[in-house]
Amino acid sequence: MKRINSVEDLEREREKIRAARDPNKPCITICTGTGCHAAGCYPVAGALREALRTGGIEGEVDLRITGCHGFCERGPLVVINPQRILYQRVKPDDAPDIVSETLKKGKIIERLLYVHPLTEEKIVREDDVPFYKLQKRIIFGNNGNIDPTSIEDYLAIGGYSALAKALTSMEPQQIVEEVKKSGLRGRGGGGFHTGTKWESCRKASGDTRYVICNADEGDPGAYMDRSLLEGNPHSVLEGMIIGAFAIGSNEGYVYVRNEYPLAVENLRIALDRANDWGFFGKNILGSGFDFNVKINRGGGAFVCGESTALMASLEGQPGEPRAKHIHTVESGLYEKPTNLNNVETWANVPYIVNLGAEQYRQIGTDGSKGTKIFSLVGKVNNTGLVEVPMGITLREIVYDIGGGIIGGKRFKAIQTGGPSGGCLPESLLDLPVDFDRLTEAGSMMGSGGMIVMDENNCMVDVAKYFMNFLKEESCGKCASCREGTKRMYEVLHRITEGNGREGDIALLEDLSFVTAEASLCALGGTAPNPVLSTIRYFREEYEVHIKNKKCPAGVCKELITYRIIPNQCTICGRCQKVCPSQAIRGKIKMKKPFEILPEKCIRCGMCSEACKFDAIEIV
Amino acid sequence: MVELTVDGQAVGAEKGKMLLPICLDAGFDIPHLCYNESVRPYGACRLCLVEVRKNGRGRMTTSCTYPVIEGIEVLTQTEKVLRARRLVIELILAMCPGDEEIQEMAREMGVEDVRFEKEEKDCILCGLCGRVCEEVVGANAIHFANKGSNREMIPPFAGEATDCIACGACVTVCPVNVIGMREESDERTIIRWKRTLKMKKCKVCGNYFAPWFQLEKFRQQAGLPTDFFDTCYSCRE
Repeated sequence: MKRINSVEDLEREREKIRAARDPNKPCITICTGTGCHAAGCYPVAGALREALRTGGIEGEVDLRITGCHGFCERGPLVVINPQRILYQRVKPDDAPDIVSETLKKGKIIERLLYVHPLTEEKIVREDDVPFYKLQKRIIFGNNGNIDPTSIEDYLAIGGYSALAKALTSMEPQQIVEEVKKSGLRGRGGGGFHTGTKWESCRKASGDTRYVICNADEGDPGAYMDRSLLEGNPHSVLEGMIIGAFAIGSNEGYVYVRNEYPLAVENLRIALDRANDWGFFGKNILGSGFDFNVKINRGGGAFVCGESTALMASLEGQPGEPRAKHIHTVESGLYEKPTNLNNVETWANVPYIVNLGAEQYRQIGTDGSKGTKIFSLVGKVNNTGLVEVPMGITLREIVYDIGGGIIGGKRFKAIQTGGPSGGCLPESLLDLPVDFDRLTEAGSMMGSGGMIVMDENNCMVDVAKYFMNFLKEESCGKCASCREGTKRMYEVLHRITEGNGREGDIALLEDLSFVTAEASLCALGGTAPNPVLSTIRYFREEYEVHIKNKKCPAGVCKELITYRIIPNQCTICGRCQKVCPSQAIRGKIKMKKPFEILPEKCIRCGMCSEACKFDAIEIV
Repeated sequence: MVELTVDGQAVGAEKGKMLLPICLDAGFDIPHLCYNESVRPYGACRLCLVEVRKNGRGRMTTSCTYPVIEGIEVLTQTEKVLRARRLVIELILAMCPGDEEIQEMAREMGVEDVRFEKEEKDCILCGLCGRVCEEVVGANAIHFANKGSNREMIPPFAGEATDCIACGACVTVCPVNVIGMREESDERTIIRWKRTLKMKKCKVCGNYFAPWFQLEKFRQQAGLPTDFFDTCYSCRE
């Protein structure tokens, strides 16, 4: 491909790509995001390719490998275009039918359709599935339409048109104003106003400025940045070029986790193609603006998602934060003005430039504009990535989009904002989700993790889990974070072991105070959230653990006993067979209910899972 | 020059200088462990916390990493500051209960005992030794390894510090005195870094005055003649 040197050339090439494509030509898109990959999408893709060949319609149907569509629970996902028929949980064996029935005869295969869990109605079109219907997928939606390794696919859906507009018809300052007016706030967790950050960096003194894309997504269970980079890397790169032009930077970095090999690979391919086409390098689209991006792979430390630690790591120093009294927009990477934004923030930029701030502002709440991608995981029916307008309630996310709690159990809490977010109770289900409301409630937006918990989750155990993560990931530089997280874990651990002492709640509050208030960076600053929010909303559960030495949710092993309910036991012997510690006494021929020997029981719960008659209870 | 107030008292300072040394010079008592004027601010021990108010908004921060600006109001003894410092010293004491300097500091802040399982560490992880070795001496013989509570200051691969010139700067700056230096006949040892070097004898007075390795390194770096260090510092004209 020869470099494109003007907007006219770009539009001409775009028209050529579009003209060569027939919008009515059938196209099978196969989701190969993280969830579908695990569920076996590649064998499905192979089987479909083979079925098209043996069916003799290889040339008449396109097969497109795409990034994550979002509905991970139902993968592997296959969508037949142009009708947008959604087939879910597709297996390689289904491929011949898809080809012979749907593609050749236009028939719908009923068994592969999504069934509405309440109405039991079978839904044909992807857009009619409640999981998708209630979302607003302005950033993530294109994942399903393009092959991330094809720059032509991105151009066909209007890619790089925002860049063309920005470079030729907007002044840098005007772009900054537009982003400020849009109300876009940082999607990585801080929620700082993006336009304001750009402006500060633009105004900072010095000739060299850097822009960085923070793709060091490390929250357990969160994978939206990964899915954007894997599924639509050009949108992130386009945002970065526009940002660099607005700020006055000629050099950028993407700091991406090494544990995301596909994101790194797709990003590298996208960068190479964009380079070939002339979207990077010297004199981009004939505008006189030069910009280049380097990909840097992170070494696996959670704290490197913190801006100053990330920059230290980029410089080749240990990834440890520094005090930020002098902001990174003034003195960041190599002590030069540096503007760092998260993957999702960058991906919002082309959308804002193309549609204008006014239209963007229509989405969201007063203080938080636009949409947010959340990874909805845990005890919810529809696990996956959801993009919703700011201001949507937690209830709508969990019940309408997420399809409610698995097994019809009772909702207990939702943990938002990653490991240093907080757990919000049922009474807050109608809370509108935006930066400020979540912070007021003692949690945070973070990068968009949402973990749903039901009645079988112990909140002390949950707090302990997150504190264990944080103490392991604290870099250890400052005493309050290193020792504070360690000691909070120590206290939580003894409470869950039945060794909680009176005053432990107050001690946790003391430790939370010092860790949050005295620590060097935001990791320590937010680390107590899981503890404080669970104490705030589930204090009673802590008290029962400490005073009565009981775990009401039946999770903390030291505090529970398994018991066979005699008149529910059918003397089938199943529990005895699965017990790994020979802790169940009884003989089928004795015709007496079985019994669990507490001194031998290791509380693994195998018997309870094996019992078909609900005859084993936790007391 | 900028004007600020510390606990209500007006103080003048050079703009951009760190708050802690300004307060210490002005006679305010602020506890600290990881600060030393010869190295860059670091902010590890979190003891020098103060409240800084500007434009009506206040926040707690470590004074060693805070560059002063015009008109700030600094409070070194608020209830919040004292509570946070007491908790920090309790955490450090629980980590190193045997360090006498820490025990003394804790007592002064009103902390007699700790509410956690006591550990048996001696190093408080302030990083002064490593920072002096890197920034002042230029030897870079030791560094922090690992993260979280596994963090430790060690020579490469926890073996002998093969770049150590046994100058003893780390021994001098260590606030809890746990590095240790020993001189026996013609050998000097930096105990914690497992480094023993042969000493050179002065041609004039006959005293062992510095390790060969150190002198040779200095001589090569400065391009001095081979006999430059034959006499000790005292016997030289």
